[in-house]
Amino acid sequence: MTVARSVLDLIGNTPMVDVSSLSPNPAVRILVKLEGQNPGGSVKDRIALSMVEAAEKEGLLHPGSILIEPTSGNTGIGLALVCRAKGYHLKVVLPENVSSERSQLLEIFGAEIIWSPGSEGSNGAVRMAQQVAADHPDWVFLYQYGNPANPRAHTEGTGPEIWQDCPEVTHFVAGLGTSGTLLGVGHYLKDRNPDVEVWAVEPPAGEMVDGLRNLDDGYIPPIFTDLGGPDLLDRKTIIGPRLSIEWTRKLAEIGIFAGLSTGAALAGAARCAESIETGVIVIVSADGGWKYLSSGAWTGDLDAAAEEAKKKIYF
Amino acid sequence: MPVEVRLPTLLRPAAGGTTTVTAEGSTIGEVLRNLVGAHPGLAGQVLTEKGALHRFVNVYVNDDDVRYLEQLETPVTDGDEISILPAVAGG
Ligand SMILES: Cc1ncc(COP(=O)(O)O)c(C=O)c1O
Repeated sequence: MTVARSVLDLIGNTPMVDVSSLSPNPAVRILVKLEGQNPGGSVKDRIALSMVEAAEKEGLLHPGSILIEPTSGNTGIGLALVCRAKGYHLKVVLPENVSSERSQLLEIFGAEIIWSPGSEGSNGAVRMAQQVAADHPDWVFLYQYGNPANPRAHTEGTGPEIWQDCPEVTHFVAGLGTSGTLLGVGHYLKDRNPDVEVWAVEPPAGEMVDGLRNLDDGYIPPIFTDLGGPDLLDRKTIIGPRLSIEWTRKLAEIGIFAGLSTGAALAGAARCAESIETGVIVIVSADGGWKYLSSGAWTGDLDAAAEEAKKKIYF
Repeated sequence: MPVEVRLPTLLRPAAGGTTTVTAEGSTIGEVLRNLVGAHPGLAGQVLTEKGALHRFVNVYVNDDDVRYLEQLETPVTDGDEISILPAVAGG
């Protein structure tokens, strides 16, 4: 091991661990890539670095520049870390119903929080950030939902790492938020082996859809459409909070402390394992469990924990 | 065969105000066409004029998005749960 010059050099090259003991099909292996091992604690460190470096190359950033970004937490934390290390100021638009650990971490890294209505979910944060950015043309709006450097971080990092550690992969399963992980890794793996299947797991939209006034208020991340998301995905399935927590707890039983979206991805992998004869499924664990401790996901009664999770954004 | 279709809050006023409605059909396309037939207020909301799925609508059979199954040809069998949701993103 060499000594890293900057914490930013520690982003990526995350480990993969075999969790096949949890596979419902003994002929299907399941491997988890632990993105919680990144210095900011999530997969989003990768896209934060890649988007900031892309903006630097374009000459958009200067010492003291102000950045604004809508996020359910992890992208904000990743960006806050990168901005701290590089000397930029970050303002994040965060829905009110994210766990308190997320906002605390943002403040530790010096980011300023602008709260958006919880009932409008991530989409409400996107709308608010777009308005604020329009009022401040000198602020840099990286816009993870529309920035090609988001999926690129996965085509150039996460995807090749998975291929190097496990060229036997037959299925890739990950959570769908901005779609950056699925698109970036999905395109890379299918380029190597067109038979690899890509499965998206999404949380139920919950009360977020109640905030819409008409269907055209709906939102599809521009990167998803621009990079051929509909053609890339082989399957898209909803996993609810109860199942997510059940599988997050199963991981803890074998010593893996992961966030709730990892439980959702693993539940998706289990559904996939049951539907195929043999195979090797790789899933991404977007983050560790630390930021979800206050939700009682591991300690409380399962029903109560599921009710609690319904009110929070955990993707 | 009649199946239950769960509607988002947004579409309920156009279908008598209820959370779930019953519609006939052996494919998703049939079910949705019959649904719109019974509740003309849904016309143009779920299916486009040309009969395709509205861009900002996701339809699920037992939690699976039909766009990645057989789209409007996705078969529907007894006991399947169908839900319609507006497209929203996480992240
Ligand atoms: C915990 C967690 N899981 C999954 C995702 C989805 O990843 P992506 O935005 O690459 O689709 C996110 C994104 O915000 C996340 O924070």
